[in-house]
Amino acid sequence: MQKGLSIRKLEKSYTPGKPVLRGITLDIGAREVVAIIGPSGTGKSTLIRCINRLVQPSSGEIWFQGQDLTKLSRRELRSARRQIGMVFQEYNLVERLSVMENVLSGRLGYMSAWQAWLRRYPQEDIDLAFTLLEQVGLAGFEHQRADSLSGGQRQRVGIARAVMQHPKLLLADEPTSSLDPKTSIEIMQTLVGMGERLQIPIVINMHNVALAQKFATRVVGMAGGQIVYDASPTGLDEAMLKSIYGGQEWL
Amino acid sequence: MAVAAFPRRPWVWVGWSLGLAYVLYAGAQLDLTWPRFLLGLENGAKFLDRMFPPEIIQPDSMAKGLLESLEIAVLASVLGIVLSLPIGILGARNLMPFWASVPSRALIAVCRSFHPVIVAIIFVKAVGFGAMAGILTLAVASIGFIGKLFTEAIEEISPKQVEAIRSTGAPFVSLLTYGVFPQVMSRFVGFASYQVDSNLRNSTMVGIVGAGGIGGTLFSAFQRYDYNFVCAIILAIVAMIMVGETLARWVRTILGVDSKDQDD
Repeated sequence: MQKGLSIRKLEKSYTPGKPVLRGITLDIGAREVVAIIGPSGTGKSTLIRCINRLVQPSSGEIWFQGQDLTKLSRRELRSARRQIGMVFQEYNLVERLSVMENVLSGRLGYMSAWQAWLRRYPQEDIDLAFTLLEQVGLAGFEHQRADSLSGGQRQRVGIARAVMQHPKLLLADEPTSSLDPKTSIEIMQTLVGMGERLQIPIVINMHNVALAQKFATRVVGMAGGQIVYDASPTGLDEAMLKSIYGGQEWL
Repeated sequence: MAVAAFPRRPWVWVGWSLGLAYVLYAGAQLDLTWPRFLLGLENGAKFLDRMFPPEIIQPDSMAKGLLESLEIAVLASVLGIVLSLPIGILGARNLMPFWASVPSRALIAVCRSFHPVIVAIIFVKAVGFGAMAGILTLAVASIGFIGKLFTEAIEEISPKQVEAIRSTGAPFVSLLTYGVFPQVMSRFVGFASYQVDSNLRNSTMVGIVGAGGIGGTLFSAFQRYDYNFVCAIILAIVAMIMVGETLARWVRTILGVDSKDQDD
């Protein structure tokens, strides 16, 4: 079984004839931190959502854990999804549930709806949830409602929820775009640290090139639904950025 | 030619004129004249005079009617709330495929299209006189009201929270209990408590067409010209509804779903 993730000729068009992704082929190794950069509307978000099929790909293959994710039945998809943790730009916590309930919701794929509704989580899950909350710096917040937290705190809960899934892959869709610069760094440290601890690959969409260069082991530049750069962060020079984003006044 | 600052809109004036003409025509058709109104006032004064003092002529039948109305309201509310929860979920187009949402929305539309009096007459014919017809009538009204508002509440939820739960690989029912219900449950309780209130009011009415409750007692008192008794019954209904509204408000406050909370 191949480790990591292998995307083959992935295409997606929301309206026929207007493809957002034009044949993406990408191999991601077992321990990489991949930052996907590129202008807004170029399909970064679509690409990452195709991997756990929150968005349905139009064609192509996505190989993960020995199976093609694009061909799974609903039941198989659910068990594949629970191995893929996802962190969102707007955190996507369930606002009216407590921090603890939000973290434990990462276990929903592993238990029956009945047990989940009665909050009958195995003790080891509860212990892990407390450990994770401590690791992300939110010890003592477990009974607070998610909507009472700040943006940075919410994103930490989001990361804890994703890690709670015992993921084999972490996806992050612009995890720091709604946060201030200092919090952004802290969130990136937490995220990359979790990937290291779990020994799993991380795929992160981001807008902030400097942040990508600081944390990623590999940068993928996208423009017009295609990959135009794929190498180490150090090779990303001004000329390359110009061709990814177009124009130069912003540099 | 000078450019007009305000465009002429002759059709607006035609519309207003037609509307006014219809109002005058309808008034003439129904013999709405000032002398007729004065005659009515005179009659109304006599009627009011005969209502006082209020007098409980048949305490047994009044007590039985009031209790029956209360029972109708409570049972209809329980039945309506229990049924409108799944019907409301099935009607939400953002969660359900069209083959589930279309029939459920059609059912809700049918429940809403008739006034309870008409529904009550139909049920009296169908299941016979008595409280059963009243309970079914108000259950239908409850499904219509709670079902429609609950469906709309679900369609307005934030898809992001649902998306996050979906990405954990949660089964569909867990998606509902974790991603959807926390966002809409307080509104559902709000809708339900308003409907309990409304059922209590309507349970005093369905008796007029024979569907059980205090309405039947009231109607027969009218027919016997026992206006003092009529007055006593009306006051008792007012008291019962005020108590009911206060209780419903307490429930909303205790559960933290004040009417202010309705739009968040």
